[in-house]
Parts: sequence; structure tokens; C-alpha cells
Amino acid sequence: MPENLLTKEVTFNQDRLEAIIGDIMAEARSQGASASEAAISIESGLSVIVRMGSVETIEHNRDKGLGVTVYFGHRKGTASTSDFSPAAIKQAVQAACTIARYTAEDDCAGLADANMMAMNIPDLDLCYPWQLDAETAITLAEECEAHARATDQRITNSEGATVASHQGFRVYGNSHGFCGGYATTRHSVSCAVIAQDDNGMQRDYWYSVARDRNELESPAAIGRRAAQRSVKRLGGRRLVTQQAPVIFAADIAGSLLSHFIRAISGGSLYRHASFLEGQIGKQSFPGFVHIYENPHLKKALGSAPFDSEGVATRERDLVSNGIIESYVLDSYAARKLGMETTGNAGGVHNLLIDAGGYNLTALLREMGKGLLVTELMGMGVNTVTGDYSRGAAGYWIEHGEIAYPVEEITIAGNLRDMFMHIQAIGNDIDLRGNIRTGSILIDGITIAGT
Amino acid sequence: MILSPAGIVEGDLQDVLSHIMIHAVDDADLYFQLSHFESWSLEDGIVKEGVHNLEQGVGVRAISGDKTGFAYSDEIVLPALNQAATAARAIARSGQQGIVKSWSGAGGHDLYVPQDPLVTLQDKDKIALLEALDAEARRIDPRVKQVMVSLAASQDVVLIAASDGTLAADIRPLVRLNVSVIAEQDGRREQGTAGGGGRVSYQYFLEGNRGTDYAHEAVRQALVNLEAVNAPAGTMKVVLGPGWPGVLLHEAIGHGLEGDFNRKGTSAFSGRIGQKVATDLCTVVDDGTLADRRGSLNVDDEGVPTQCTVLIENGILRGYMQDKLSARLMGMKPTGNGRRESYAHLPMPRMTNTYMLAGESDPGEIISAVDHGLYAVNFGGGQVDITSGKFVFSASEAYLIENGKVTRPVRGATLIGNGPDVLTRVTMVGNDLELDTGVGTCGKEGQSVPVGVGQPTLLVEGLTVGGTSPFSQGA
Repeated sequence: MPENLLTKEVTFNQDRLEAIIGDIMAEARSQGASASEAAISIESGLSVIVRMGSVETIEHNRDKGLGVTVYFGHRKGTASTSDFSPAAIKQAVQAACTIARYTAEDDCAGLADANMMAMNIPDLDLCYPWQLDAETAITLAEECEAHARATDQRITNSEGATVASHQGFRVYGNSHGFCGGYATTRHSVSCAVIAQDDNGMQRDYWYSVARDRNELESPAAIGRRAAQRSVKRLGGRRLVTQQAPVIFAADIAGSLLSHFIRAISGGSLYRHASFLEGQIGKQSFPGFVHIYENPHLKKALGSAPFDSEGVATRERDLVSNGIIESYVLDSYAARKLGMETTGNAGGVHNLLIDAGGYNLTALLREMGKGLLVTELMGMGVNTVTGDYSRGAAGYWIEHGEIAYPVEEITIAGNLRDMFMHIQAIGNDIDLRGNIRTGSILIDGITIAGT
Repeated sequence: MILSPAGIVEGDLQDVLSHIMIHAVDDADLYFQLSHFESWSLEDGIVKEGVHNLEQGVGVRAISGDKTGFAYSDEIVLPALNQAATAARAIARSGQQGIVKSWSGAGGHDLYVPQDPLVTLQDKDKIALLEALDAEARRIDPRVKQVMVSLAASQDVVLIAASDGTLAADIRPLVRLNVSVIAEQDGRREQGTAGGGGRVSYQYFLEGNRGTDYAHEAVRQALVNLEAVNAPAGTMKVVLGPGWPGVLLHEAIGHGLEGDFNRKGTSAFSGRIGQKVATDLCTVVDDGTLADRRGSLNVDDEGVPTQCTVLIENGILRGYMQDKLSARLMGMKPTGNGRRESYAHLPMPRMTNTYMLAGESDPGEIISAVDHGLYAVNFGGGQVDITSGKFVFSASEAYLIENGKVTRPVRGATLIGNGPDVLTRVTMVGNDLELDTGVGTCGKEGQSVPVGVGQPTLLVEGLTVGGTSPFSQGA
């Protein structure tokens, strides 16, 4: 069984990586550090692109990296390197120690508290190696792109289909004596094609990503979906400037939740750089909104048994009945705020929002007339003020159905109002990322066009 | 500098390339990189963080027709190099011995001092600089509540050896200083950010009080934004200030003129060379040869000397930016725009410093020519859909123009337009060309590279402004 062999290899590598972590801790101690922490990641993979029926690139990835942070009391220094030789490790620790001589005393700096470390490390089922060779990847990518190009005669060009498989290990340890690691895999198939008519060209894409290749959508289905999405955008019109309800399609609605997470993250809060500062315990969404984190979902893309400080991750509510229950904190921000870490050093792990009873079709009917946004452009989101203004493309909806595609418009509002004006959350949940949401209907957004 | 510690000599590089060319490969190249990086950051009045990174590796590429095989290793030793070469050459069948040409000097420029910027200031003086800028920002105005300052430097040493005889090396310094402040008034908070840098030493920030100027600029922006009213929504006349607003050109024009998209026919500009895409007033270039600039390179990442490429001349589309692959497949010449984020990434056509040449109008005249519109002087980032040509860029400091005068500041808003026709609505071009201060980073297919932009003051007769406030002409 090749998979068993690989499991052995996983264990072997993990042991070796844990030994390196031990060496780093010892080196830091010998250079006088009072505490230290280190993380190592190694990753290998293959990525193949087929374009217009023939191979465009075959890329072999092999990456590794090591990062160490040392503390001299409350002074801190960090260094990283891609070289794992004893000499390079010594040099990295030395660089970190040199930096710590110059950084300032900061009461809040230090490892996460020892009692917060993950006591046991659950197996979250995140590693499903795929012995993918270039030949197989090419065949799958060819199949995917061929289906895309055969879907509609208006598909005239292609950016290609990509098949990729990556496997990695991550190990983290610190001078509390914590050391843990886990292996992950990530496989994906994606396709981007170009549709053309008298009005011009439109590009769109579709992709599937999973820990386990058996959970990938079929290449043919991905290709067809990419083609349908591109063709559907042909003949995009502009809109007259107006206020209207907007549905954020499930695959882009996660961005709204990521803005929310950014605004309730420790770094934004202790810097007084968030429009949601002081909003804990307050109504920030309509009463039906429930947002929570579930870091231990088996096989999920955002799962992690511990955060990047070794703190145990756990399931918890961020918003219930529309009220903010908890912030997103690492140990540093928690100390700055006089709170406790929430196990979010490095971010959230599987953010979920409860869906209502509507699928997208029903959501469009519920909206009646308004805008369905399927693409957002640019970075016009200000976390300090909540001001939101982004480029958009999608479809104008009349009588609950798509009337025509639209492009070259912006949508704008303030996130504080936008969150309060959420009308419904669809059950068409997109499972392909760390944030899982259905489509979101929001009232009263300003659309700028002609 | 890169090879000698590993005991590799130039002859070995010929051998590795020959090993690749045993397969039916048209071109092969090796890209050796040794880079180190540091950054220091201050907030709450103290320098809390310092980071040091050391990275090295070699990327091996084999090209057959329009197919590319690519592998890399973070160990610069011969066995790893040969292993990567074997993986990369698998793109083509074996049984043909291509010729590896003997090395020929690539030329290349001498645009910056080949120094290690990390050591151009003592660590204690880096700390002192950050602390001084923090104190200065807080001194200017009591409404400044938070100051964040970051200082970073890197040195990249690269060596490129290719089967076409290219053997080129470059030592690339890069420094960057950034000041970001949050000001508060009556419970309202706004931020301001300013910074700069280039392929220079840390001393650059001490010369002429540059660092202090960034602190003043960041505070000024934050205070302006405290007074800002809602931005207008709709299509209107927009005056873009000089310098960094040139991100317009980067998004609307630049990406669409990169060779790969045009070779594949996926750009809204595909097949349009020789056509009119802008008013006569517009001449846009991409110039990698400006001394000390963030976007400049002595040679690109394929060993080709950079150049000044005319993209649009008096409104006519003249040329694309090329790497070796797209240039060969399109029957054109490489333009020194083949760039990659690191040895672990494939090169592709990328911009260097992209800007519009100065026109003849006085900037004051341009503003007085507008009855009602927007005057946008500072921007965050932008983005473009190459295929449809739609692009956005987000204003972070903008004002209303009413009856030919700049009046109230407005909140940040995204501007959206269509690349292939936006420059056909440029009706006035200022005589005040400026390049940005050295802050740009461009992302493409997951790869980031430092770039520059610039332009004089421009009047665009119709751009869509994504504010929230109703806008009526003459209201």
C-alpha cells in the first residue's frame, strides 16, 4: 500500500522535525534566551497547467522554512531561514538574539501561557496523500479544459486548467516543552476560460479543492461550470447609480466575514484601529445571525488542532443572536486587552455562519429586484472606519430572476450598516475555504454606475 | 558569491544546462538567488519587533516550444541542481542534444550601488530613527493617537545562466520606510499612511529629513480624512494628482500590455498595436533603467538588460512588455521585463517603473477646468480584469471640485473604469510629472515584485466613483 508507506514517511519526517525544534530550543537557551519558540514547515507538490489542449507548465514544488522567536525577558527577536543545517540554525538563532538586544521591553511579549497549550492533539484527518504523477495530472487537466471548451462555441480561448497536489508538515514547539505537528494535504483542480461575442471577451473560472482527492468535483464538471460562468457574463451592461439590495454570491460572500474577522481581531482592537472596537456584547448583526468557529472539523480546509502559539483551538461562538460574543485573539493581543487568548494566533480556523431556509434561487426571489454580485475587485475596505467601496460585476435581478449581466460598477456602504442590514443567508454554502457561508442578501447598498 | 561556498564553478553550469538539453528543449536557464531581509517595527512608542530572514536557492527551467518544465531547490549544491534539472527537462522527450552556447556578456546597467543595505545603519540607529519618527508624528498634532513605523531592507544577489549564452549577475539592494498614524477627533478615527524607499541604503531616509517628511505626510492625511464627507457616487470628471495616482496606468494599461496575455490573446489589448487607445496627449512608458528606483533592475531575472519601452506614444499603442518566452513565440525582442518573485517562481512579463510623460497644462488650470468632479491625490491598491479590461483603484485621499475649486475632502472610494478606453477620455495632461516615492508592490499569479509608477496631473472626463452620496452635476 503506497499510502501506508507515506504515512511512515510522515512519522519519520515529523520525528526529525521535532528533533530540529529541540536543537533550536537548546541553541536559544545556550545563547541566553529566557524563552523561545520555533515553527518548521515543509511542503512538496506538483502543479500542471494544460492550455488550449497542450501542456503549458509542469512545476515541481519543494519548499521548507524555519522560523524562531527568542525572548530575553520581555524583549523579542525573530529570524527565519530555509536552510536546516546546524550552522544555519545557529546563525538564525544568533540573528534573533541580536535583534532582541535592540527591541524594547514589552510587558505583553512572550509565549502563550503554558496552561493554554494543546494537551492532546486530535487527528483531524487532514492528510490524504495522492501519488499524482505528471502524466495523470496532465490527463485530468486536459479532460477539464476540453469539457470547458466544448461546452459552448462562444468559448474561444483559455487560460488553462490546473491540477495541483501538495503535501506538507507543520511542526511547532516552544520552551514550555510543547511540541506538536501534523501533516496536511491539499489537492485542487481549476479551470479559467474566455468567452467571446460581438461585445467583447469575458473570463471566469471554477475550481474544486479538498484534503482528499476523492472529494474533488470531477474535472468535467469543473470545466463545464467555468465555461458556463464565462458565457453568462457576455454582454455585461452598466447600471444607473442607485441604492438597491445586493446578494453577495456564496463564493465571494466569505470576504464580508473576513472583514468582520479583521475588525474583531486583537491587532485591530488594541491599536484602536477597528470600527467594531468596544462592540463586544452589543448587537452588530440582526438577531438571526450566528457566526462560530469550528477548528476540529474532520478533513476541513481550515482545521487545526492548535494555533501558531501551540494554544489548543476550540469550537466557540463569535456572534450569537446578532451579538458579538468574543474577539479573535492571540496571546499578545489578549494581554494588551486584559483578556485571554482565544487560540487564534495565525487566524480563525473554519469560520461558519448559520444558513436560513433559502437556496440561491429562493434568495433571488426574496430580493425580487436588485443586484447579484459574483465578483468583487480591489481593496476598498477601511477597517478603521468600516467604509466599504469595491468594484463589482454580476447580474441585475428583476422579478427574482437574472435580467442581464452587469459590470464596471462599484458597490459601497459602511460595514457597520451593511452587517445590520443583512436580510437573509442562503443555504448554498461554499465549502471550499476557511470561511463557509451561503449567499448573503443585504439591503440598501449604493451602486455607482452611469 | 553564490556559487563558491557550494564549490560550484562556471563550468558546472554548462554541464547542468547540457544535461537538460539532452531532451528536445529549446531553452534552459538556472537562476541562483541568495537573499537576506530584515524589518523593524514600532508601535505604542516602542520598537516591538525585529525580523531577519535568510534564503537561498536555485530555480531550473526548461522550455520546449510553449511548454515549460520547472523545478527548484533550496540547496545550492550540484546533486540538488542535477535533480532539479532532471525534473525540469521531463517537459520534453529525450534524444536530441541541444547546444549550450558559450557565455556572452549580457551587458546590463549600473543603476544602483551593489551594497548590503542592512549594514548601512547601525541597529541602534535604526531604533533611534523609528523612535524619532514616532515622537515627531505625535508632536505635530495631539489628535494623533497611534503611530506605527516600519523599516525594512533586503539584499538580493542573483546569478542567471542560460543555454542561449546568458551569464549575468546582479546585486539588488532595496529599502523601505513606512509611517502610519491614526488620528482621533470627537470619537471619529481616521488613518494616514506615507512612506518610500528604493534601491539605496538606509542613509536615504536621513538625507534631507525624508523620514520626517513621511511622518508629516501621514499625519496630514489622517487629519484631512477627519474632515471628510461621504464620497460622491456616479460617473464624473476626475482629476488625478501626480505621482502615485499613476497606479491608474499600472492597472488600466500596464497589465494588459504584458506579453504573455497578448501572446495568448486573453488581453483586452490583444492585437491592437498601432491602434489609437488614448488621446494624443498620452505617452506612457515602462522604464527599468531609472537610477535607484524601486522598480529598476540592471538586468531582469532572465539576464536581459532592462530598457525604456514605449507602450503608448501620442495615443497610439506601440509595444508590449516581454520576457524571453513570449518574445520568441511572438517574433519580438525581449524588453527586459522577465521577472520572478524568487528562485521558487517562474519568470513572466512584469512591469518595472510605468509612467506617463509630462504634458503642457498647469495643474491649477486643470482643476479650474472642472465645474464639478473629484480630485484624487492618494490611492491604496488597484486590480484589473485583463480580459474584460475593467480595472479599479481605491482613493485614500480625495476632494470635491466645485466650480473649478478644490473644496471639501471626501471619504475613501474605489474608482472603476475600462482600460482600453479610459485614456481616450484624458483631455488635459499636467506639466508636473512625478514618480511615486517607492512604495509599490505588484501581484500577478501569486507572485509579488517591487514596481514604480508615476504620472503628471491628469483630467479624465468620465470615471465611475464608488462613493455613497448622490452626485448631481451643478448641484
